[in-house]
Amino acid sequence: MFARALRSILAAAVLLFPVTSYAKDTVKLVFIGPLTGGNSSNGLGGRNSTELAVKVRNADAKARYRYELVALDDECKPNIGVQVATKAATDRSIVAGITHYCSTVAMATVDVYHKFGLPVVVWGAVLPDVTYAQNYREIHRINGTMINQNETAAKFMVAQGYRRWAIIHDTTDYGKGHNKYFSQYLTRNGGQILGTFGVTADQQDFSAELTKIKDLGPDVIYFGGTTPLGVRIRTQMDKLGVKAVFQGTSGIVSDAYVDGLGKQAEGTVAFREGAPLERLPGGRRFMEQYAAQKYNDPPEAYGPFAYAAANLVMDAIERVGPDRRKVRSALNATKDHQSIVGTVTFDDHRQNAVPLITKLVVQDGKWIVWEDSDFATGKRKLVSR
Amino acid sequence: MDAGLLGQYIFNGLMLGIIYAMVAVGFTLFFGVLDVIKFSHGDVLTVGAFVGLATYHGLDALGVTSAPVLALSLTLAAMLAMGALGALMARWIVLPLRNAPAINVLLITLMAGTVLRELIRLFYPAGANPKPFPRLLPTDSLTMGSFTLRLDNVILLSVGAAAIVGVHLLITRSRLGLAIRAAAQDSETARIMGINFQMVVLVTFALGSALAALAGVTAGLYYSEINFGMGLLLGVIGFSAAVVGGLGNLYGAVLGGFLFAALQTLGAVWFSVPAYKDVFAFALVILIMAWRPTGLIAEKTAERV
Repeated sequence: MFARALRSILAAAVLLFPVTSYAKDTVKLVFIGPLTGGNSSNGLGGRNSTELAVKVRNADAKARYRYELVALDDECKPNIGVQVATKAATDRSIVAGITHYCSTVAMATVDVYHKFGLPVVVWGAVLPDVTYAQNYREIHRINGTMINQNETAAKFMVAQGYRRWAIIHDTTDYGKGHNKYFSQYLTRNGGQILGTFGVTADQQDFSAELTKIKDLGPDVIYFGGTTPLGVRIRTQMDKLGVKAVFQGTSGIVSDAYVDGLGKQAEGTVAFREGAPLERLPGGRRFMEQYAAQKYNDPPEAYGPFAYAAANLVMDAIERVGPDRRKVRSALNATKDHQSIVGTVTFDDHRQNAVPLITKLVVQDGKWIVWEDSDFATGKRKLVSR
Repeated sequence: MDAGLLGQYIFNGLMLGIIYAMVAVGFTLFFGVLDVIKFSHGDVLTVGAFVGLATYHGLDALGVTSAPVLALSLTLAAMLAMGALGALMARWIVLPLRNAPAINVLLITLMAGTVLRELIRLFYPAGANPKPFPRLLPTDSLTMGSFTLRLDNVILLSVGAAAIVGVHLLITRSRLGLAIRAAAQDSETARIMGINFQMVVLVTFALGSALAALAGVTAGLYYSEINFGMGLLLGVIGFSAAVVGGLGNLYGAVLGGFLFAALQTLGAVWFSVPAYKDVFAFALVILIMAWRPTGLIAEKTAERV
């Protein structure tokens, strides 16, 4: 009897007072993004960038905690996204998340994070509704929304002398959002929309839509959607002899787009929030560190945002400790936080204001900043009509 | 709408139609000879396309650069491999269930299809991602007004048509075809007449599956991209085409394939939201089935009593 009681007391003591050591406490973070599927190159770029931020922090002797990253795959599908978000949010050992590239998934999961109280920072989804359609204190976003992106896109393209557009968009919230904002700003700036075509997100054959567009004869085909569809549509444009500028959104700004198309990608125009990486403080250092890790996949357009989001989260944890509620409040109050994507300040909906939009064009198999391209200097033309 | 544009729509429809027809012919062959519906057919098509892609990468690594050689060898490799896979599936999955209710075969092939699909997704390198398919055919094009005719599309269309005609000739003109038709009409009598029934079934499944592989490679070369889920919708469309045409009838399958492609194209032209084109095509298929339950061209065989 006595022996048993003693054993229980000992066991309780071991549980309550773990052996003190000089090792730091481990804090778990979760990264969620599309690690497989058509958008996986962006997801892997985001994951690697987040992992890099964690590694750099762990190597820092001044850090109070040791961080451990759990990476989960949302496959860019809302149903899968809700599953993995629930898995992460119900795991109490996870303190905060760096979540989602795909807007449809980010939209589907906000309720989960709110319900289970997991503070997250969205690193790549651009649909305004992710932050503005609700007022959950758990949801933050470090990248900008598609509103500014499309405003710049419309103004810029009209200024290039184009007047007539055909619009193709996927019928998810993401594609519909792009269509809405681009159409709005385009007509306001004097562009004309000849036809709008909603397509399903897994459609293979666009010959009927493109033949119709060929008949309409636009200067530019605007595509609101992500890389896999962008590759298909651009390929099929050539097969049908549709001669128009192909203008995409941040959804096709990926190396996968250029790799999937080869030469055909030349002259595709797209827009992304945030200044070009090499012009940001710490941007060059990020690229060097990333290269040193020898990842198989590039950071892609949103890797730096994921990296900055991870640092934002870890800075908050360093200040207030690994407690979800305290971390949430610390993140909510973010103001003038210096990061590699610029200064981060959250508004009343915890949305970072990213005023600068970068214009990009594919030249010689690479996305490059428009102002640095041969297209801007007039050496090359977007399309020969 | 001018004539060039109309021509473009018709040609688009023909390209879709030939792919659908090749899939539908497979369904109709299997049903004709064994009265079974093999639902893994679409996924066999996918595996065929991936075998083609793997062959391409293999030859590419060996330093083969001639596009015609690459195109021909990847097509042949895909067809041979899927012919073998089709025969194996017939031998080990379909034939053992010969006396079980037809629904069992349907179910087991459906599951086999899922297994094939997931195997590609999990074990082909980065199999979950869409894969760019090599552009091996000449891209010269002829432009007449708003009609653009590309040489690669003409080649694909001709090869597909030749394959279907070839299958037709094989069935109607050769001894093997005679055996297939005999087995289709009355397997017991055919067996009494000395026809190796099992061999006939295996050959038929190999033939249909090789055709599916050809359809997969055609789709890959046409769209310049393949993905692990491509066979899913193609399988459903091919099956619908075969049923609308009249399951068990080769002409019916071809007719059904082109009919479905025509409906889809019409749907995309008529509706301002092109996403409705599949809804439109499948809805009309339902109407046709209500009007002609045995399909447009019914199988000409008397049911055994």
